[in-house]
Amino acid sequence: MLTVENVTKRYGGLVAVNDASLKVQEGRIVALIGPNGAGKTTLFAMIGGFVRPDMGEIRFRDQDITGHAPHAICRLGLTRTFQIVQPFAGLSVLENIAVGAHLRHKSRADALERAAMIGEQVGMGRMLEQSAQSLTVAGRKRLELARALATEAKLLLLDEVMAGLIPSEIVEIVATIRKIRDSGVTILLIEHVMQAVMSLSEEAYVLNQGRMIAHGTPQQLVADPTVIEAYLGHGAADRLQQEGAHA
Amino acid sequence: MKHTSLGEWLLYGAICAYLLLIYLLPSQAWLGFTINALIVTILSVAWNLLGGFGGQMSFGHAALFGTGAYVTAILQVKLGVNPWLAAGLAVVAATLVAGFIGALSFRYGLRGSYFALVTLAFAEVLRILASSFAFTGGGQGILVPYKAGLANFQFADRITTYTLVLVMVAVAMLITVAVQRSRFGAYLIAIRENEEAAKALGIDTFRTKVLAMMLSGAIGGAAGVAYLQTYLFIDAPIAYGSTMSIEALLGPIIGGAGTIWGPVVGTLSLHLLGEGAKHLVSGAPGLNLVLYGVLLLVILRYLPDGIVGFARGIGRTGQAAAVSVKEAQ
Repeated sequence: MLTVENVTKRYGGLVAVNDASLKVQEGRIVALIGPNGAGKTTLFAMIGGFVRPDMGEIRFRDQDITGHAPHAICRLGLTRTFQIVQPFAGLSVLENIAVGAHLRHKSRADALERAAMIGEQVGMGRMLEQSAQSLTVAGRKRLELARALATEAKLLLLDEVMAGLIPSEIVEIVATIRKIRDSGVTILLIEHVMQAVMSLSEEAYVLNQGRMIAHGTPQQLVADPTVIEAYLGHGAADRLQQEGAHA
Repeated sequence: MKHTSLGEWLLYGAICAYLLLIYLLPSQAWLGFTINALIVTILSVAWNLLGGFGGQMSFGHAALFGTGAYVTAILQVKLGVNPWLAAGLAVVAATLVAGFIGALSFRYGLRGSYFALVTLAFAEVLRILASSFAFTGGGQGILVPYKAGLANFQFADRITTYTLVLVMVAVAMLITVAVQRSRFGAYLIAIRENEEAAKALGIDTFRTKVLAMMLSGAIGGAAGVAYLQTYLFIDAPIAYGSTMSIEALLGPIIGGAGTIWGPVVGTLSLHLLGEGAKHLVSGAPGLNLVLYGVLLLVILRYLPDGIVGFARGIGRTGQAAAVSVKEAQ
């Protein structure tokens, strides 16, 4: 469904994403993980059309979308959320979601009706009339999700929708994401909360210093020495193994 | 949903009462004053569409107002075009000028103060051009010969002119209502609130902003036409001077930007305030402007959401309390 091929992005001397590739198949939940500053959000920004890659190609549903405008990509059925939540602060929750719903519904009444439905679906039914400004962090993350969902996307790019949430909230949002996938939406997510990655995704990619260093099931990846070293530093895998042997 | 509060009903009622009272007590001075205020109101409504709803703060709406006035004047006086047709073409011209300014500034991603400065620059360029060429009347401006009659879009009695501008204000407000209730309006507000998020949700922000600018241009151009047909004279400082640009944005900001009534409430209040200040300190010329400035500062300091925002708060708390009591029971 989504193919990213050898994509590179440089900012001056810094190579944020270096020759990275990934593939997302329809109907799956795929995770993109990696330490801070690995280039995950930059890669998302390129897929969503917010940043133009210096090299490489991005294809969505057999169509080249490299360098297309964000709104054009969204109309094709690929919607992203933001790591740093971007609510329409002055509007109510319902109005926020309706902006997304308007993409496929021209009339205001239809968009509002659809928005209310989506609000229920992500568990915001009681907050629809609240101003987006008054929401908690968990509420705002949910709102990001709801708005993106309202565009009736075929592929959702979720950028750290669980960061800053307490465990019980994570359990809720994991269930919500699974429900969304079951309704026929493919999901690519960036996540730091490993518990969620492990339980949600069937497949994960690991990005480190701009390079894609590993790909496999989450269970394979947590045992992969290159991945452990990326997170814990050079030699960490060996040390862990030795400690394991001693124990 | 959002209900109109008691304070708002009182405010809008007072304005309608004021505007209708003129029909009962038509004094020439009062009529002249209100006609002028209403023409500026049309321009404020135009500004509010782009600045209040879309968050794109123009500092050069005189460019649109002036184009409307000049194009009607030139077509009538120099080319002998029928005044009604000239008015229509003037609105089209203002729309195109707005589209050009908008497309150019939004193409290069100008926002906030940069957009404000570029629009100001466009108005200034047009002002200088208008005072330099023969076909615009140069420094003397253009005087439209007085030939009262419906066919000439000129009216001998002021009350007819008054009705005309009143209807134009009402139409401009209805356009705003229609925008507010449409997808286009929702997109415009989304852009004002957060442009990046708007893009991510499939909104073509460039197209939406340029369209808003053009719609604003059409209404602003109509304000210019109304001005010309009322005073039958235009020159570069009136048409393209920064006074008009500032008037266009002060009204909505004082009244409540991004609301239907804001520009109407704000502009009328400002004009009443200015007139009141003039009468209060008639002995010392210039002192009225000081008083005007001080009052303006007080309003900006204590009413961040404008007069309409203030009125919304009146009668709202009582209502909300009643609702929560009901829920508790």
